Amino acid sequence: MIKSNSGIRKTDVINRRMFIIGAAKIVVFVGIVARLFSLQINENKKYLTLSDKNRIREWKLPPTRGNIVDYFGNVIAGNLKVYQLHIIPEQVENFNYLLVRLKNLLNLSEKRIAKINKLKVELKPWDSIIVSENLSWSQFVKINNYLYDLVGVKPVMTISRNYPFNDVYTHVLGYVSQPNEQEILENEIIQERFVPGMKIGKLGLEKRLENHLIGTNAIQRYEVNAYGKRINQLEHQKGEQGSKIRLTVDTEIQKACGKLLNEKAGSISVMDIYTGDIIAMYSSPSYNPNLFLFGISQDEWQLIRNNPLKPLINKTLSGLYSPGSTIKPIVALSALENKVIDTKFKVKCTGKMELYGQTFHCWKEKGHGWVSLKNAMKQSCDTYFYEVARLLGVDRLNITAEKFGLGKKVLGDYFDNEKKGLFPNTKWKKNNLGKGWVLGETLITGIGQGYIQSTPLQLCMMTAQIANGGFAVKPKIIVDSNPISYEDAKQSMESGLLFDTDSEELLDKKLFKNQRNIKIIQEAMFASTNERFGTSYKSRIDDPKYQFAGKTGTAQVKRISKRERELDLELEQIPYKDRDHALYVAYGPYVNPRYALSIIVEHGGSGSKAAAPIAKELFKLIIDRHDLRNKQSNFERITV
Amino acid sequence: MFQHDRLSNEITLFQKIKNLDYILLISVILLSVLSIFVMYSTDGGEVLFHTKNHFVKLAVFFPLMIFVAFFNIKFWHNFSYIIYFIIILLLIYVSFFGIKSSGSQRWMDLYLFVLQPSELMKIAIIMCLAKYFHRIKIENVNSFTSITIVLSIIIIPIIFVISQPDLGTSILIALSGLIILWLGGMKIKYFIYSFITFLISLPFIISFLKPYQKLRILTFLDPDRDPLGAGYQIIQSKIAIGSGGLNGKGFLKGTQSYLDFLPEKHTDFIFTLFSEEFGFIGSVGLLILYSIIIFRIVRIGAISRSNFARLFCFGYAFAIFIYIVVNLSMVLGLLPIVGSPLPIMSYGGSSMLATMIGFGIVLSAKINHKQMIA
Repeated sequence: MIKSNSGIRKTDVINRRMFIIGAAKIVVFVGIVARLFSLQINENKKYLTLSDKNRIREWKLPPTRGNIVDYFGNVIAGNLKVYQLHIIPEQVENFNYLLVRLKNLLNLSEKRIAKINKLKVELKPWDSIIVSENLSWSQFVKINNYLYDLVGVKPVMTISRNYPFNDVYTHVLGYVSQPNEQEILENEIIQERFVPGMKIGKLGLEKRLENHLIGTNAIQRYEVNAYGKRINQLEHQKGEQGSKIRLTVDTEIQKACGKLLNEKAGSISVMDIYTGDIIAMYSSPSYNPNLFLFGISQDEWQLIRNNPLKPLINKTLSGLYSPGSTIKPIVALSALENKVIDTKFKVKCTGKMELYGQTFHCWKEKGHGWVSLKNAMKQSCDTYFYEVARLLGVDRLNITAEKFGLGKKVLGDYFDNEKKGLFPNTKWKKNNLGKGWVLGETLITGIGQGYIQSTPLQLCMMTAQIANGGFAVKPKIIVDSNPISYEDAKQSMESGLLFDTDSEELLDKKLFKNQRNIKIIQEAMFASTNERFGTSYKSRIDDPKYQFAGKTGTAQVKRISKRERELDLELEQIPYKDRDHALYVAYGPYVNPRYALSIIVEHGGSGSKAAAPIAKELFKLIIDRHDLRNKQSNFERITV
Repeated sequence: MFQHDRLSNEITLFQKIKNLDYILLISVILLSVLSIFVMYSTDGGEVLFHTKNHFVKLAVFFPLMIFVAFFNIKFWHNFSYIIYFIIILLLIYVSFFGIKSSGSQRWMDLYLFVLQPSELMKIAIIMCLAKYFHRIKIENVNSFTSITIVLSIIIIPIIFVISQPDLGTSILIALSGLIILWLGGMKIKYFIYSFITFLISLPFIISFLKPYQKLRILTFLDPDRDPLGAGYQIIQSKIAIGSGGLNGKGFLKGTQSYLDFLPEKHTDFIFTLFSEEFGFIGSVGLLILYSIIIFRIVRIGAISRSNFARLFCFGYAFAIFIYIVVNLSMVLGLLPIVGSPLPIMSYGGSSMLATMIGFGIVLSAKINHKQMIA
């Protein structure tokens, strides 16, 4: 009985205590449900995002650069499909065997093999190693033939920049290559869109227009597992190709320039005298920008770098030359405008001029006799211009010259390698050299020697502004969104006012006080080319369709000693470095002119022999293409 | 009364089958079927190693449960001490000759099957203590001798298990034992005193923990301190559960799981996968299923005539409850990571064997609930 009592008591204890536990269990389960609720319902969004972040990974692909086309729509910087070879290490059965096979098939260097082995260690096994960035078609075919034996190898087709005209546009376009760290950090857009293997503009317009050309990345979204391995592709978002940019240049003319300057150092610029369109801009020698796309080899680079004709320098924009006699139209114009001389003014040339005990020589030792402005221009008489410069003074000359674009950048900000050049005046010398101006310096400035320095493009613009009747042009190389036809440009120019699309205001474009003076200079330049005894008479074209007017220049690169003057050596007898630069500026057709050009042949000798004949060749082509260009003017409007 | 006793001693097979608790049985079957589907999902939607083995184990252990149930509860009472001692011997064997895996020595090779005796100890300790409290007079419960004895019963296996090392199982064994002490009538103040002593000596205990165990506690307190290392499991588990939302991502569509972001998804983190795929509704459903099982076991205990059966059922119900709570709290980031499986759901033979034997004894108590034990 006691025992049974005890048993009942025990049962009571057990039951009572079980009840307490039961209550505790309910509380704990409710707590767990609350926790589940908080995670799955309240914070569901947060964890869903985290889960997606876990599993979705985006791969950016290099953007496709926009094409650059010439005025006629020909692609001058495009994109090409290239064949590449990738290895995916995790799929390779025998890595060493594969490398030996590839080495034989593709003639890979030991260095390259070492690089691949290094990459294999560094990269994840499913990241592809690029064995070759640019396979030739025959290599690509070969690889595809042996693919059964090359487990883990993936032939890939991708897109790369391509310059179809090779070296023709190098100095205009520049080239693209892999960016360095600095370049990535400097440009936010590049920073944002950068992916390994992407190339950016390193020079020229490719660099300047980077943000327009670059395009947007294509994005591939993959689901990845915890180890980062791609499981499946979720979506592919296409990138947008960069903007297409149309230039004012004409490839046929540009190519001709290249041919005409073949194996010479020099530059040719051609400009529309009304619209300011740059039709050609060639610096010789050039080099092939395609070489830089996949990393230039050391040998090729040394060849370019060590070439004595300096292909790396863009002579059109960064080459600084004494303009020589090509400055004479400006000297004459300045004198006329300032009423220092008139057309009847004459100077007697005896072959030299004495000033304060210094002798200033005319190029013609025997002298030209009495010469008027027209004859002085035609025969490029130095004595006449010494005298005119003396009467005019350098400061007044400087004002006219700067009006016509000397001493200022022609294309403004477009090329960061463009140089300003220099047109001196008394103040400049005082400020920069700390010395007073000497009258003798005025004399040599009058024949384009001395301190004066100009780029070939400046001379071209100067000529264009004389040719169009003395109006300012705004040179441009990119066809803007609202291209103005040359007739409109001409009309608004001749009304004296020009609507500037950048500042959106009407600007006074008259560079002259009296337009008659411009006409006089034009006539003198015509005579220089088309009349007997003119310095470029031999290079004239009689057909009025092609007839042009010009002015030669021969710029000394060093002082001519008395002995040398007496020797009067032939060009071939002078060391290359000491030979004069040959220059020529011209415009045409003489009636209703359209185009101006400047030609410089470094160390080419005299302008009449080395430079003017090039103009003759070129004008034929330029004017033959005139109608085509007119038809093309409205073909496509492209926004930059 | 005596007649009644005699009758129940002669229960026929038919009556045994009739007397099974079908709600409990159906719940266990449901849980088993569910566990196969979840295992199928951990295998990435294919019948692979884990699914097959899990199925085979269920197919063997479920009949074993019925087999256990058909023994009279008196039989289990009589053999409780012996079973306890056998498992102590197994633990000793394992500590000398056990199979080592990832730094701990817990298993013994039975040729067909690798056994983890510490899992069986979870049941054995309940049986042993239930028998002890069944036999002891209520007046003697709080005597010095009996406290010494019951504490020894709990501490001896724990020493072996903790030295394997296996902190998770040790805790579960300790809690299973302590609950019987509680139910058996040990004074509440002892529990309160020991709890306070435990809290005070906690820093001391922590200094004895292995470096990886300390790391787990630190990680629990701040999972973001090392999100790719120690905190990885818990962060990924919370992401998986949280991203499941109300309805879940769908069966076989748990991205965290099939993209391998979830660690240990077959075993300790099986609930994470389940919750990711079936969401809040599924998770609460699973909890309800477990609650039904626990409730049925408590009910069977409540109708049992013998205190042994009563203590065993209450103790076992609490043990199941504790397994679930510890496992869920761990995967939900409420407790530090201690290895502890979710009953039936988790992959693992010994755990399932122990659980099924437990259910078997509970069912035996049901069949023989009128049985008195002297």
